[in-house]
Amino acid sequence: MNGTTSAPVVEGRAIVQDYHVPGSMFARATNVRALKGIDFRVEKGRTLAIVGESGSGKSTLARIIALIDAPTEGELLIEGQPVDIRRKRPGPALRSKVQMVFQNPYGSLNPRQKVGDVLMEPLVINTDVPAAERRERAEAMLSKVGLQPEHFNRYPHMFSGGQRQRIAIARALMLNPSLLVLDEPVSALDLSVQAQVLNLLADLQDEFELTYVFVSHDLSVVRYIADEVMVISKGEAVEQGSREAVFANPSHPYTQSLFAATPVTDVEAIRARVARRRAARALQPA
Amino acid sequence: MALLTIRNLKVTFATATGGFTAVDGIDVHVDRGEVLAIVGESGSGKSVSMLAVMGLLPDTASVTADEMTYDGRDILAMSSAERRRLIGREITMIFQEPIASLNPSFTVGFQIEEVLRLNLGLSRRAARDRALELFRAVGIPEPEVKIDAYPHQMSGGQCQRVMIAMAIASNPRLLIADEPTTALDVTIQKQILDLLMTLQEDYGMALILITHDMGVVAETADRVVVQYKGRKMEEADVLSLFEAPQHPYTRALLSALPEHATGDRLPTVSDYFQQEAAR
Repeated sequence: MNGTTSAPVVEGRAIVQDYHVPGSMFARATNVRALKGIDFRVEKGRTLAIVGESGSGKSTLARIIALIDAPTEGELLIEGQPVDIRRKRPGPALRSKVQMVFQNPYGSLNPRQKVGDVLMEPLVINTDVPAAERRERAEAMLSKVGLQPEHFNRYPHMFSGGQRQRIAIARALMLNPSLLVLDEPVSALDLSVQAQVLNLLADLQDEFELTYVFVSHDLSVVRYIADEVMVISKGEAVEQGSREAVFANPSHPYTQSLFAATPVTDVEAIRARVARRRAARALQPA
Repeated sequence: MALLTIRNLKVTFATATGGFTAVDGIDVHVDRGEVLAIVGESGSGKSVSMLAVMGLLPDTASVTADEMTYDGRDILAMSSAERRRLIGREITMIFQEPIASLNPSFTVGFQIEEVLRLNLGLSRRAARDRALELFRAVGIPEPEVKIDAYPHQMSGGQCQRVMIAMAIASNPRLLIADEPTTALDVTIQKQILDLLMTLQEDYGMALILITHDMGVVAETADRVVVQYKGRKMEEADVLSLFEAPQHPYTRALLSALPEHATGDRLPTVSDYFQQEAAR
């Protein structure tokens, strides 16, 4: 996909988010600046990975991009159009363009709602598609994400974590969005299930030309899925660039420390560690 | 010199639809001062087998084994009083959710001092001093201040340090860590793993690390047991496991690591089982 000249699907200009912490008997009210002016743009069919630790502001940014929270300052453009959800609530058309998948598939599905209803609800709220077609589309989407049509009438508790994340992804795709915001979508999953969900996301991106904003703290996942990488620390984008550039030559000390902390599964590294340990043991009296 | 030996462990849970076998004939042994990693995905029975050793399973579980000995002593034949003296002193355990493992209503200092007073019979003052010493050993900043903090006032990494301090309070000879870093960021994970390894070497403890993360295994283990659906798939020293995994499931787990991706797609475990079935 070579869309360098096309308009970005999503663009942020100097996004700032403040959280107001109310005062109490002992503390004065303060403002916490969670995002300190973030710029980014993602073109159609590309994946921007936002990397950072807890408290870095990465999920705050994801919520702004997903039109859940309004930024304190700055401008957000979806498909070239400025969006200000504080002034005007997003209508069905805009809601259909941007959808979100959350980290915890155990918390993001209503336990009392059947899977079919989970998938049809976005259509009920945002479109006037007739009931029969809603059902048809939901069943088609189930098989798209690797589930069976007979899963339609089951409840979320009857599914494993990986299957639930597939349901959450299916729900996000029901409105044919152009942008999917994924907040740590595979962090709660087992390694092999994680691989399946990442494969699914890659397939869906190809099929629907989806644009992803992928929030993660796991660099090995980011290396696999991202085109562009933005590293956030304490509300600031400390490093931004193509995946190749960031991984080949991380320039900011924070990015370097993230790389240093990521476990190495390389055989040579293990060999060195085992040798170090053996040497340390030989020195110790038995 | 095996410290803990388990042979043919079976754990079955009574459910409404009949018995469910979570662990089906597992053999595990760990030597003094050794780091053993037990790797597996959810449902592999990796936690259940260690909870069986600790006696922490609910009443619906039935535990049988041909042998379960600690330092030559039969754990299954012990009286519960004897077992209590062993568990929590010589064998201790830390869990995945550090914040959930601590009682939110008491200060962390109170909770660790309670362990010291009950398990080691220390006086209040001695317990306080020892708690401060342990906080320093596990690298909690400003121990004098933090000892009076409540769990919610500390970060996840700090809470896990408190749990580790509690677990090493009695100088155990075996520490079982069940997914100790899963809930933590990579940089904090690194710090906690480094801490566990340092303590393990300094105290000469054996460490059983239960994890699903091959990266954690690569950075810590001497020897590795791979479990799948309650059975042991493979056992090897860490280098052989990564260099030449024998079992197809282990190969599948290793190739599902995103950093080992060669093409556009990540191989998944089910791909491997299909290949095996097709042969």
